[in-house]
Amino acid sequence: MENLIALLIGAPLLGAAVLLLGGRRLDKAGHWIGTLLAAVSFVIGLALFADMLGRSADDRALHQRLYTWIPVEGFQADMAFQLDQLSMTFVLLISGVGTLIHVYSIGYMEHDERRRRFFGYLNLFVAAMLLLVLADNYLLLYFGWEGVGLASYLLIGFWQHKPTAATAAKKAFLVNRVGDMGLSIAIMIMFTTFGSFAFGPVLGATGETSEGKLTAIGLMLLLAACGKSAQVPLQSWLGDAMEGPTPVSALIHAATMVTAGVYLIVRSADIFNAAPDAQLVVTVVGAVTLLFGAIVGCAKDDIKKALAGSTMSQIGYMILAAGLGPIGYVFAIMHLVTHGFFKAGLFLGAGSVMHGMNDEVDMRKYGGLRKYMPVTFITFGLGYLAIIGFPGLSGFFSKDKIIEAAFAKGGTEGWILGAVTLLGAAITAYYMTRVMLMTFFGEKRWQPDADGNPPHPHESPKTMVIPMVLLAVGSVAAGAFFEFAGFVEWLEPVTGFAHGHSPLSATTVTTATVAVMVIGVGLAYVQYGRKPVPVVAPRGSLLTRAARRDLLQDDLNHAVFVRGGTHLTRSLVYVDHTLVDGVVNGTAASVGGLSGRLRKLQNGYARSYAVSMFGGTAVLIAATLLMRAV
Amino acid sequence: MNPVNYLYLAALLFTIGAAGVLIRRNAIVVFMCVELMLNACNLAFVTFSRMHGNLDGQIIAFFTMVVAAAEVVVGLAIIVSVFRARHSASVDDASLMKL
Repeated sequence: MENLIALLIGAPLLGAAVLLLGGRRLDKAGHWIGTLLAAVSFVIGLALFADMLGRSADDRALHQRLYTWIPVEGFQADMAFQLDQLSMTFVLLISGVGTLIHVYSIGYMEHDERRRRFFGYLNLFVAAMLLLVLADNYLLLYFGWEGVGLASYLLIGFWQHKPTAATAAKKAFLVNRVGDMGLSIAIMIMFTTFGSFAFGPVLGATGETSEGKLTAIGLMLLLAACGKSAQVPLQSWLGDAMEGPTPVSALIHAATMVTAGVYLIVRSADIFNAAPDAQLVVTVVGAVTLLFGAIVGCAKDDIKKALAGSTMSQIGYMILAAGLGPIGYVFAIMHLVTHGFFKAGLFLGAGSVMHGMNDEVDMRKYGGLRKYMPVTFITFGLGYLAIIGFPGLSGFFSKDKIIEAAFAKGGTEGWILGAVTLLGAAITAYYMTRVMLMTFFGEKRWQPDADGNPPHPHESPKTMVIPMVLLAVGSVAAGAFFEFAGFVEWLEPVTGFAHGHSPLSATTVTTATVAVMVIGVGLAYVQYGRKPVPVVAPRGSLLTRAARRDLLQDDLNHAVFVRGGTHLTRSLVYVDHTLVDGVVNGTAASVGGLSGRLRKLQNGYARSYAVSMFGGTAVLIAATLLMRAV
Repeated sequence: MNPVNYLYLAALLFTIGAAGVLIRRNAIVVFMCVELMLNACNLAFVTFSRMHGNLDGQIIAFFTMVVAAAEVVVGLAIIVSVFRARHSASVDDASLMKL
């Protein structure tokens, strides 16, 4: 069975190669090839999953070694894969949701003349993401990590004729580079410390390593996770990444790629377990981002950017849970999977709405769409109920567990983290209700588009509707399925699990979670359901205005890094011009002057050369005689 | 007679030759002065051979004569061809090798 692992990656990689190298003759069939190969990957994933279930819990990990990637004395990197329960979960999520989004894109990108290329990029992304989760060493993981970064860049900037999209792609790439530096530094520290970067030797040797080194590795891994998963302080790219086509936002910037940071932390669980300081920083980053994203999500009028804020916030939950240690790892992954379902569903719903509304993204120009797009309304509504944690739906189970684990952290930290997660749950309910009410309820506030065509909202084609329905089913059922099918027991052999001892009983936490959700929904209803929504955004409070500008993150980056960097480079240029060039030019000028003088000796007269020969000989002989005499 | 006197003569001849090489412009005269220097050396070699009582100096004097004969052939040929090309045997006229 283990020989199939490479095929998981190989199928979409083949698709990417065929579609991107095949040229125009594949324009007609390209989308089917891309979708088929993503589906092949999913089917292989299912087969491996069935096989894995057939073995005992301790014997489930599979390994495949293809070849030695970098054979150097004392430094060996293998092209080798590891498929354990954690990787399996990701494989099914990536290839499953990925396939659905391929199907959706067939309809969504129907009128785009570069559709074949789009599917090539999607396949490339799926292959890179699978490589990331299947690698059995950090260097190969880094390869996949950069691969998804590249695919993300290509897809955000897919509509490169729009300057905003091109800029957003560059921004995402640059911000991600900062995080990638963290990962490469972490790998370097690992290599110097453990002499290897394969998961086995590194994670198995954490017991004999100093805590300082582990903390350093942990913090660098966290930096990497912050970049890829859009966590504070590297979160600024995610909102702009919504310039890409909506299926991209659903697949990459909601369901899969942005969760790579969570994967990295959970995969490196042994390192973080042994470095409590790094763990604390992880929880703080998670908690801050959780609130940050939620607040930004409340203020955005662009439906995709509101959802992007929500993604940031939900990944904040996962990172926070991953920072809690063994009491949280499993729940981080559980929330990651349920979030994969409902957030992909929500984004696809948003794409469907935009499809019907002449690509309008401003929710203030929606309203009353539930009658015109019933299926989108129902599937989006189910995703909405799942994300706010409506009892029984998937978000309820996974988020409730994280809140419980946050309280179980213990001490003052536990109370603070618990309070933050509860507050986050309330804000989540608020902003999602706001999105729901502004889009599907209330009076019509439709505006004609730039060409003066009034929108004619209609239900989307079947290729778009079916994935939305399937994801809605997942949003509803995944949580309960995981809860009762034993997700904890499934992941425990890989990530470890410890029961937290919460100062509050499980019932109290659940009641509180539901209560804050009701409060959030109620507040949003009072504000957006009972009063008509103004088409032009009101000025808003100071916080609202700041949140509309992503809580001034871009301004901060601009002031500190862009302006600071400009000043730094200018002063360096000055030093280069005056000092370095001065020394170099001065040396050249003095050598030039000296040689100008020496040149005069070469006058071409044989007799003057003879004089210098005689003179030189005379001096030499005199010196020799003098030395003899002394 | 004291052999040292021969050495004085050799030094005198060498100095005359060297001064001629440095001062005179006519290539033929310069060439003759070079020969004078060579023969001054020969005289010194033979004198030293006599003073030290072995034949090394005399053998080297033969070598010098052979080399000088060869040099005369090549040197005169160059001077003649330079004279044909430039209608002048002045060494200062052939001063093209300069920057």
